[in-house]
Amino acid sequence: MPQVTLTVNGTTHTAEVEGRTLLVELLRETLRLTGTHVGCDTSQCGACVVHVDGASVKSCTILALQANGAQVTTIEGLAKADGALHPMQEAFREYHALQCGFCTPGMVMSAIDLVQKHPDGMSEKEIREGLEGNLCRCTGYHNIVKAIAAAQDVMHGRRAELAPAAE
Amino acid sequence: MDVVTPFEGIGASVRRKEDLRFLSGRGQYTDDINRPNQTYAYILRSPHAHARIAGIDFAAARSMPGVVAIFTGADMPDLGGIPCGWQIHNKDGSPMAEPMHPVLAVGKVRFVGDAVAVVIAESRTQAKDAAEAINVDYDVLPAVAGVEAAIAPGAPNVHDDVPGNVCYDWHIGDSAVNATAFAGASKVIEFDLVNNRLVPNAMEPRAAIGDFDRTTDEYTLFTTSQNPHVIRLLMGAFVLHLPEHKLRVVAPDVGGGFGSKIFHYAEEAIVTWAAGKVCRPVKWTADRTESFLTDAHGRDHVTKARLALDANGKFLALHVQTLANMGAYLSTFATSVPTYLYATLLSGVYTTPTVYAEVKAVFTNTVPVDAYRGAGRPEATFLLERLVDVAARETGIDRVEIRRRNFIPADAFPYQTPVALQYDSGDYKATLDMGLEAAGWAEFEQRRAEAKARGKLRGIGISTYVEACGIAPSAVVGSLGARAGLYEVGTIRVHPTGSVTVLTGTHSHGQGHETTLAQLVTDRLGVPLAQVDIVHGDTAKIPFGMGTYGSRSLAVGGSAMVKAMDKIVMKARKIAAHLMEASVEDVEFDRGTFRVAGTDKTKSWGEIALTAYVPHNYPIEELEPGLDETAFYDPKNFTYPGGCHICEVEIEPETGQVTVVNFTAVDDVGRVINPMIVEGQVQGGVCQGIGQALLESAIYDENGQLLSASFMDYQMPRAEDLPPVSVATHTTLCTHNPLGVKGCGEVGAIGSPPAVINAVVDALKEYGVRHIEMPATPAKIWNIINAGHKLAAE
Amino acid sequence: MYDFAYHKPTSVADAVKILSADPDARPISGGQTLLPALKHRLNKPTSVVDLSGIAELKGIKRNGDTLVIGALAKHVEVSNSPEVKAAIPALAMMAGTIGDTQVRNRGTIGGSVANNDPAADYPSAVLGLGATVVTDKRRIAADDFFQGMFTTALEPGELLVAIEFPIPEKAGYAKMRNPASRYVMAGVFVAKTTSGVRVVVNGAGPGVFRQAEMEKALSASWSEAAVAGIKQSADGLNGDIHGSAEYRAHLVTVMAKRAVAAAG
Repeated sequence: MPQVTLTVNGTTHTAEVEGRTLLVELLRETLRLTGTHVGCDTSQCGACVVHVDGASVKSCTILALQANGAQVTTIEGLAKADGALHPMQEAFREYHALQCGFCTPGMVMSAIDLVQKHPDGMSEKEIREGLEGNLCRCTGYHNIVKAIAAAQDVMHGRRAELAPAAE
Repeated sequence: MDVVTPFEGIGASVRRKEDLRFLSGRGQYTDDINRPNQTYAYILRSPHAHARIAGIDFAAARSMPGVVAIFTGADMPDLGGIPCGWQIHNKDGSPMAEPMHPVLAVGKVRFVGDAVAVVIAESRTQAKDAAEAINVDYDVLPAVAGVEAAIAPGAPNVHDDVPGNVCYDWHIGDSAVNATAFAGASKVIEFDLVNNRLVPNAMEPRAAIGDFDRTTDEYTLFTTSQNPHVIRLLMGAFVLHLPEHKLRVVAPDVGGGFGSKIFHYAEEAIVTWAAGKVCRPVKWTADRTESFLTDAHGRDHVTKARLALDANGKFLALHVQTLANMGAYLSTFATSVPTYLYATLLSGVYTTPTVYAEVKAVFTNTVPVDAYRGAGRPEATFLLERLVDVAARETGIDRVEIRRRNFIPADAFPYQTPVALQYDSGDYKATLDMGLEAAGWAEFEQRRAEAKARGKLRGIGISTYVEACGIAPSAVVGSLGARAGLYEVGTIRVHPTGSVTVLTGTHSHGQGHETTLAQLVTDRLGVPLAQVDIVHGDTAKIPFGMGTYGSRSLAVGGSAMVKAMDKIVMKARKIAAHLMEASVEDVEFDRGTFRVAGTDKTKSWGEIALTAYVPHNYPIEELEPGLDETAFYDPKNFTYPGGCHICEVEIEPETGQVTVVNFTAVDDVGRVINPMIVEGQVQGGVCQGIGQALLESAIYDENGQLLSASFMDYQMPRAEDLPPVSVATHTTLCTHNPLGVKGCGEVGAIGSPPAVINAVVDALKEYGVRHIEMPATPAKIWNIINAGHKLAAE
Repeated sequence: MYDFAYHKPTSVADAVKILSADPDARPISGGQTLLPALKHRLNKPTSVVDLSGIAELKGIKRNGDTLVIGALAKHVEVSNSPEVKAAIPALAMMAGTIGDTQVRNRGTIGGSVANNDPAADYPSAVLGLGATVVTDKRRIAADDFFQGMFTTALEPGELLVAIEFPIPEKAGYAKMRNPASRYVMAGVFVAKTTSGVRVVVNGAGPGVFRQAEMEKALSASWSEAAVAGIKQSADGLNGDIHGSAEYRAHLVTVMAKRAVAAAG
């Protein structure tokens, strides 16, 4: 069987895979990183979004072998070693941007990529458009949009700390 | 007042305790679990909506790599059918038709997706590879997908033993009184409408793992369920004939349910039974296509209604005839949805003196239909609130005014409706007034004019609604045909150092119970939130429970916790009285501190907890050690949330594209425990309602093929399809539960669809349109505009 | 998905060798269309040839009046490319609206054009700009390249290497998305080029096609008004649960107006 070597959340792994093995299958079944989810079979829901070499991709729509040599970051790799959350994770909690939590890992990974791609910041409309590849059935997106708007200020250094949500 | 944790109790927008694990990828959903030595199941499903199975040849598949076993319906002669939990009676008193629902098809398949065989193999792909090698010989039969076609003469019979496809023909109300009222009416509005069929689409597809322990003969099922005890009861007692003590059902983190994960599904029985057969764990995970083809769908009503009014626009009588699609088999609560969760709500927020409703439930060659967020109440609300708008237009009375004239006044509670329910509290005028104010109703015409200048058609719509949730009491629902009780169970387990574990029979799959329910404990016992854990979803840990659906968790489950805390406090006061050498009557307890009334003698919560478990100085003759209490709570009535939803839309005439520009929800959900979570629940519900109104539709062709069977064709609401949703609450307390709470999980999905369609119809008023069926897609709206232009041109 | 052998050649010649030797081998670049199809077992390739390691297929550059985009250029790269933005802003804009962010981070122009999904975006630009499709064997004019639904002039084993876009005087694109899939329900690409005006419709029919009547009208007068009165015939257009052929025909006119407006 072919071998794939890739770095996930800073740790290098080598695994035997089939040609058809998807990156998400490698992550979930071989590496047991089950924070990355599968919510559809048409590459639309975004529950499986991870970063491959810094860009958000749907890990259900890339072969494990296509990620050979890549740097992969999953939801498990976002927090700092001391447990401190990424500003996007913090914002999701502060703004109640998750309910069942199933879409959340992919949503957070997409949101981080989105913010990084917009150094000048995004309007509410731009955030909504930027979430086109991620489905959430619980929140109606209202609080997800607010959380991303708040997180971008911290990520771009415009605020030292997350703006608290209104009570 | 000596409050230990002032910001974590009732009324505080506490950030959720469960979020940390979900945000760091440490949630554990069913598919995240792998059991040692696990096998994988793939279920071969029917590609036909209706066919006789002439034969199944799996000899070749059996010898394929990795295959452990293949089973068909013929291997399960001793298993029972999947049961229906609510027996409805026909008008003549006879029971409904209840055809067998085998775990795997026997003789016939009845919908596309019906389970025909299961392959168990060492890997998922091997199981699927082998399933492709199974040869099923089908004699394809004519199929029927729609309710009207299914009851037409000569329609194919979905079940040979149910000729004519009618499951039941039920009614509620007094038809003679109703007819008399119509005879005296000055105006009768006739109105037909469809409530579109929906696919729930919780983001987590269903999954199940069966496990069998040969040492103890115990079965364990891990499943994506909203109510593990109910699954244990239904599957154990009716399908697999396993006693409860040999069957454990675990519902770990569950990625959304919206009703679709209430029901007992065939796959749960298949993996549990098969685990015993192959003596290894068996795991099944649906892909999204399977979710579309096998998760119970929602809604799907076809209705004819008539509303009688007097000369002043007062409603005199309502007459409703509804055909409700049951799909091919009766799902767990399917039969109750178009009856006791729908027709009983047809009085709405109005004083209509007589309501008569006839409901025919119909079998079709489609996926079973059952409760989906709101379940029956959105259908009732959509019918009423569209009908009221049509009545307003056709009587020339303003649509807000006609509602005001007919509201049940705030001083009329408790209010007995003509369709069985007794509303305990509400103030519909208050929520209406708040809604009108918040939505800027009075200034709308300026916005319409401004939009027109930009070439857009702007409309505004309103919906004033009441719903019934926390379904109860057990004795009443039992008399109406429910085959289960509808109470809830709570255990408060105080540990020796004072921290608390709560065992609840409700189940959280997004609602935030681990936070909200803990707030009840913090508020009452004064234990910091961090020291309160909520345990749910495991029949081996929790005494019993009916689960989470119908916005019942707080009203019923929270009330059970209050009852258990009453017992805890009573016992703790006795311990405190003993320690402080006072009489129990003199010991007061307020959030963590026991005090002898009028003195400065106090004992802390921790001291009492420790004493209960280290009873050295203890009233051991009168009191057992320990501090651990359980209560079962059976409510006296439903709860009745209500409110006002206002939607504002803009339509682009060239394309028919509708944009929701404002949405205002003012809801009365009773006492609010965590405002942040309530707001989130309402926003989510409203957006599902907007999805129903504008985007979503499960469409079958005439052969019973589901055309919208993936996200490629079923429009799930995306962020850019939805507006910000403004949420406010106005509280009248529930009068019969100890928390005064009503429920907030479904109000959004119940109140919103008619507000949206009323807005769309309002935007199109120059085109003379009376009604638009949901979803109001761009193509549908363009057709109306285009036809209007053609008319104008002629 | 059925299993397959995986190859990752580093030259066009090596890739073509594998693809020519095995009719059931399939090239993969971004995989955003191929992988979903494979997951549904709609396809059973014996081997999959990953093109991503072939340097010859990469790059975006301007050669005088032509913009050359390598087959492996991702949608995100085309969308952000200063060369594309300067030369053919409509193309950069189009690339920024394909699929979603994650699709754009993986999907490539070569894959999209070679696949020729009638509801894809790029084919309309290739045809609308009168581009030339460069393969390992030859150069194919866009007018000859697209041959109906999922069909192109590419022969088995022939590899799309690059696309050469003549830089137009102006161009614009507008589309209405299928609300569920977000593919194109009806789109129109308009361009004013040295060889004349071209108007191409995508999404609405079984393949991209030129709208001759609109081309004529815009040649006479480049304005929204010129196309506003032109009705696309519904004959042969797609109709489905999202909209009838008549609706799509209507949208063609609307999108044509918007495309002209976008082109300026």
